[in-house]
Amino acid sequence: MTVRPFSITVDGRSVPVVPGQTIGAALHAAGIRSWRATRFGGRPRGLFCGIGVCFDCLISVNGRAPERACLAEAAPGDEVTTS
Amino acid sequence: MTYGSAGGRAGDRGTYDLVVVGGGPAGVAGALTAALAGLRVALLDSSARLGGQYFRHTVVPGRAPGLDRFLRQARALSDRAEVLSRHQVWSVAREPDGDLLVHAGSPDGRSVAVRGRRLLIATGAYDRPLPFPGWDLPGVLTAGGAQALLKGNGVVAGRRIVVSGTGPFLLPVATGLAAAGAKVLGVFEAGGALGLARHPLLALGKAAEAAGYALSLARHRVPYLTRHAVVAAHGEREVEAVTVARLDPRWNVLDTRIVECDTVATGYGFVPQIDLGVQLGCGTRRDVDGSPVLEADSAQRTTVPGVWAAGEPTGVGGWRLAELEGRIAGRSIVAHTRRRPPGAAGVELMAGEVAGALSRRRDRWRAFGAALQQAYPVRAGWQGWLRDDTLVCRCEEVPLARVREAQELGATDARSIKLLARPGMGWCQGRICGYAVACLAGEPQQPPRRPIAQPITLGALSEAAGPGDDLATSRAGDPGEPATSRADKPDDPLAH
Ligand SMILES: Cc1cc2nc3c(=O)[nH]c(=O)nc-3n(C[C@H](O)[C@H](O)[C@H](O)COP(=O)(O)OP(=O)(O)OC[C@H]3O[C@@H](n4cnc5c(N)ncnc54)[C@H](O)[C@@H]3O)c2cc1C
Ligand code: FES
Repeated sequence: MTVRPFSITVDGRSVPVVPGQTIGAALHAAGIRSWRATRFGGRPRGLFCGIGVCFDCLISVNGRAPERACLAEAAPGDEVTTS
Repeated sequence: MTYGSAGGRAGDRGTYDLVVVGGGPAGVAGALTAALAGLRVALLDSSARLGGQYFRHTVVPGRAPGLDRFLRQARALSDRAEVLSRHQVWSVAREPDGDLLVHAGSPDGRSVAVRGRRLLIATGAYDRPLPFPGWDLPGVLTAGGAQALLKGNGVVAGRRIVVSGTGPFLLPVATGLAAAGAKVLGVFEAGGALGLARHPLLALGKAAEAAGYALSLARHRVPYLTRHAVVAAHGEREVEAVTVARLDPRWNVLDTRIVECDTVATGYGFVPQIDLGVQLGCGTRRDVDGSPVLEADSAQRTTVPGVWAAGEPTGVGGWRLAELEGRIAGRSIVAHTRRRPPGAAGVELMAGEVAGALSRRRDRWRAFGAALQQAYPVRAGWQGWLRDDTLVCRCEEVPLARVREAQELGATDARSIKLLARPGMGWCQGRICGYAVACLAGEPQQPPRRPIAQPITLGALSEAAGPGDDLATSRAGDPGEPATSRADKPDDPLAH
């Protein structure tokens, strides 16, 4: 595991990470608490259950299919895109 | 024997004696008990590190009771078994030869199948939230979610936090947040008018723990109010304030006030995660609070041969109970492998091996868990907190009005409501709204019917359906702690 703090990019913006943190936790810590809009109502969503159950926190990491930000551990160089 | 080398191929090793799903206290204790007895064991967990919900590896190391011992267990397990972290199990199936095939999504998005002669289900539980207007605003988190952020990530969920719901779990959440520097504006416990001085923890001989919470709340000037709850959250893009209501014993609103805050941590108990057992046809029973849980006998065997369950899937009762059940399951599984020929003698051996001190301790903790659940029932009055436009289902954005419409169209149970109005048809498959919809339908909670326990990509599904899929490659994830030595250690990491 990396031991020194690093950053990831979220929609082009740099977000600091303490090694071991999930992407969701890093976003929340940076004050970014909503990063997704719902399909029908366009309502803002971020973390809710924090443990991979609710799927509110979906993000895309390095162009892959949507992932749960609360489970995905942030890695140096990660490029996160939100919708 | 060399199992569990990092980077190994999960399927290379043929059939395991035991496959464990879940790396919390229950799963790790069960897996380690079996591995120490020489069984070939694989354990899969969706997280990056072992620990489950209580023993989260903290980014900022904490001193949770029992954590050191758990870390020793996790290390010992990583030395002796194949630990596949970041593997999300989505289905388990019985093969024609009787083996169990456990399908999981691996970190690189591929599907992996692990084959075992026996299965231990130790998948834990998740928070049971209740809907209220504005509960889908960012900044509203489950109590467990706030705890996971803090314990697993070192992140304090917000600056001005309100904790609301029911049950003893609100106390560690509130005291943890306050100690970490958040301003906790109040713990609003919808249940009993007992107050902290007569908290059930006291009655159950956990006076020191209860006193610890009381002291901590007092030191941080956090008010603890029973018969109070957050009944609405307000804000544009995030929570800016909540309505806190004083409740009658049925949880009907008596009067309200507004509290400005940026974060809400809310939870009304836990929902045991039993999908895998239900998939395999395991019998269920109703727990004290009405939750369907897997039926397990004194040796933690489910009603399906070769399948054991331990921890929260057999009923919520905390991490100590979970660990005891895991150890008992492990012993029973070991006895099962030694049973030959199968028959009455073997059953006796098994019973003998699990009897005694462990079972007595388990029974005590079970009684404790049951007493806590009895002390914190969810009362029907919460349904009155909803408005027509309150989302009951967050995924499919189904408001109360649509649920009522479905009922007017003749839907009398949760299942027909789901078919007509779609609550529970989205990503979370009803995990979050299931309880609320059943309550609104006026029926008891039913065991989940999810043919696939986790949403997976079509690619992974087709991969899994292909021939020879049990040889799919997978990299064993980081077990969390560097493995010190693969040599057998003389000390028993399960001993207290
Ligand atoms: C969010 C949350 C936070 C909690 N925090 C605390 C706390 O701080 N203090 C406290 O006393 N109690 C806490 N609890 C209560 C806790 O659940 C129990 O006391 C204890 O952790 C139960 O142990 P267990 O082994 O039964 O399950 P858990 O510890 O929940 O372990 C279950 C494991 O199974 C994994 N899993 C589940 N399904 C799958 C699957 N399909 N595929 C792969 N892996 C899977 C999970 O990732 C988890 O690691 C918390 C509960 C929740 C839901
Ligand atoms: S916050 Fe619920 S799945 Fe990530």
